[in-house]
Amino acid sequence: MAKGKKYIIKIKEDYCKSCRLCYSRCPTNAITANPKNMKVQINDEDKCIGCLVCENICPDFAIEIFEAEDN
Amino acid sequence: MFNYDKYIRKDKFPHIWCSGCGNGIILKSSIRAIDKIGWDKNDVMTISGIGCSSRATGYLDFDSLHTLHGRALAFATGIKMAKPKMNVVVFTGDGDAGAIGGNHLIHAARRNIDITAVIFNNNIYGMTGGQYSPTTPQEFVATTAPYGHIENSFNFMELAIGAGASFAARTTVTNPKQVENFIHKGLENKGFSVIEVVSNCHVQFGRRNEMKSPIQMFDWIKERIIPMSKAEDMSEDELENKVITGVFKNIEKPEYVEEYDKNIMAKAEGE
Amino acid sequence: MEKVKFLEGNTACALGAVRAGLKFFGGYPITPSSEVAEVCSEELPKAGGRFIQMEDEIASIASIIGASLAGSKAMTATSGPGFSLMQEALGMAVMGEVPIVIVSVMRGGPSTGHPTGPSQGDLMQARWGTHGDHPIIAIYPESVNEVYYEIIRAFNLAEKYRQPVVFLMDEVLGHMKESVFINEDKIETVERRKIEMDQKKYNPFLTENDIPLTANYGEGYRFHVTGLYHDETGFPDVSSENIQKTMDRMYRKIYNNMDDISKNEEMNTEDMDILLFSVGTQARSAKMAIRMLKEEGINAGLFRPITLWPFPEERIVELGKKVSKIVAIEMNKGQMADELRKYVCEEDEKKIIPLNKLESELIPPQEIVDKVKEVL
Ligand SMILES: Cc1ncc(C[n+]2csc(CCOP(=O)(O)OP(=O)(O)O)c2C)c(N)n1
Ligand code: SF4
Ligand code: SF4
Ligand code: SF4
Repeated sequence: MAKGKKYIIKIKEDYCKSCRLCYSRCPTNAITANPKNMKVQINDEDKCIGCLVCENICPDFAIEIFEAEDN
Repeated sequence: MFNYDKYIRKDKFPHIWCSGCGNGIILKSSIRAIDKIGWDKNDVMTISGIGCSSRATGYLDFDSLHTLHGRALAFATGIKMAKPKMNVVVFTGDGDAGAIGGNHLIHAARRNIDITAVIFNNNIYGMTGGQYSPTTPQEFVATTAPYGHIENSFNFMELAIGAGASFAARTTVTNPKQVENFIHKGLENKGFSVIEVVSNCHVQFGRRNEMKSPIQMFDWIKERIIPMSKAEDMSEDELENKVITGVFKNIEKPEYVEEYDKNIMAKAEGE
Repeated sequence: MEKVKFLEGNTACALGAVRAGLKFFGGYPITPSSEVAEVCSEELPKAGGRFIQMEDEIASIASIIGASLAGSKAMTATSGPGFSLMQEALGMAVMGEVPIVIVSVMRGGPSTGHPTGPSQGDLMQARWGTHGDHPIIAIYPESVNEVYYEIIRAFNLAEKYRQPVVFLMDEVLGHMKESVFINEDKIETVERRKIEMDQKKYNPFLTENDIPLTANYGEGYRFHVTGLYHDETGFPDVSSENIQKTMDRMYRKIYNNMDDISKNEEMNTEDMDILLFSVGTQARSAKMAIRMLKEEGINAGLFRPITLWPFPEERIVELGKKVSKIVAIEMNKGQMADELRKYVCEEDEKKIIPLNKLESELIPPQEIVDKVKEVL
């Protein structure tokens, strides 16, 4: 992974079922829980390293990571 | 970074599975594996039995068939023989494949017919409310094992290999990349492939066994994983109740429909 | 041009099926049907089809449903115990509207019963064997020649109505050898309907005259089939409204086409003192009895449904009005006698005279003659 790459975190809130699997595993805390409903929310997009741990583990197709350049 | 949209029936989402159910992870990993192998969508066919896991076929934008409890492989055999160009993938549960459908699993493996079977092993009957399955571990509680389960578990890898499958691998939902890779390898194999994916049913299994959240179940699965390379140096006692992961078998072997055409069809046409 | 072949019933069944366009056979051996599988294993690959001996009857019927959905005309053959095992999947074929043919060569039951003896014990199993309400088509011929032509008709009806068709035989019919007069001019086959529609707008259970326009797998439509109640799209819809609507339509697609589906043979039904009702090989003995009775001055008629299910209700009601007695001759405990009572016994409980035997052989003509004389 090239240094300084930027990532965009796309969340489909209506798909998220608050299972906590993604943010409990995010190595950088780029994502976190919405305390209201435990759905995923962005904490700090700049922290995202594009490791895809969240995207691959989410059983509900609710979170996707994109490289900033390719939108 | 992966675009699932090309492969899913979007209007069927969100899917019916419980929050945190590993079935969705296996579904997504299967999609990535199918994408990686690059098949034309019109030549892929998914078939399932009955159970939570078997609902997977409804979400994928391929030809699909949701059959009877346990019988998916038998339906798949007919489809493959009638239209060998189809790439046939079967989604099945531990009860579906190991109990009511056990005989079909054995014989599909014996024939080495070119079908890839993905077994969602959540150690329980999810859909019917948490009755014990052929892979419920001993001493665990199920709705039909209120005093703790006493039966021995099926070992899907030994079963598949013993019956003649040319590809057999086990992985878990805690490692989606590995699920994708093993399914991809299974799809590549021209023959019968079994990929057992150990999954979590925290709702029907975990809840009754002090693991009511998906995270607790993931931890339980993870702490029992022993990669095959390590397992080789361990004793049977040490391996008890562990989840050995890896590719157990991957060999080239004559495939059933090809053999049928090469031998029987050719001879019959000669007559 | 007619070709004459001397064939066993089971062989005629297999050859007729191949002539009808059979391309896939999945089966499991069982007496007295095994020869159907044996002949298919030899003849199908010659005709560009494939044969497989599955691990059991459940797998057999599952495999032919799969093959049919993939576009092949498909068949299995079995007998009593195997037919019982197939019942769950037969329901799936009804629900998925899958054209298949299931041959059941009846032997003595229940259980292992009498494997090598004939019976007519599975007439009701053919109608109501699977769970839930459902329409069914069942055909039961009486001779080897008729087997050859009727198995072709079974395939035609299956394709035309997208419906599983049960093809009943019995041990006598399966194993007896007779001449078959093969006249190509008399043979017509119905091919799978080709679907040409915009994939994006395509729905597999859109219907025309209540018959779904289902494509074959692998043709680019990418559709879903399930055993759950479903809507036009093929996806589950278990709303009470849809359940009622779907099953009503499935009944309509069969019962509104009785003119096409129904087929009966009648003998002397214009002028008769008494009516004999009999199906399959047993009807041959009844025909003999009619001749014997004639010599004694008794006019007996015969009604023989060739399409047994759906039951020819209308005709039976008409015939019932013409006579005071109907003798139902069956190698079972009275399955058709019960069915007849539904349609012809408003006041007179004794109008239907059952003549039943479970002696593993056809009821001979003399016994029928005696019975007729006794009740007339
Ligand atoms: C013939 C038949 N018997 C029983 C059932 C009821 N049934 C539905 S799903 C199921 C078990 C499913 O367990 P499994 O295959 O492990 O799948 P899961 O739901 O756990 O994914 C059972 C027993 C059925 N549908 N059909
Ligand atoms: S891609 Fe990795 S770093 Fe970025 S949000 Fe997901 S888990 Fe966290
Ligand atoms: S893994 Fe998916 S469903 Fe679970 S909390 Fe994260 S986004 Fe939501
Ligand atoms: S019951 Fe279990 S297997 Fe079924 S969807 Fe829920 S968590 Fe998944």
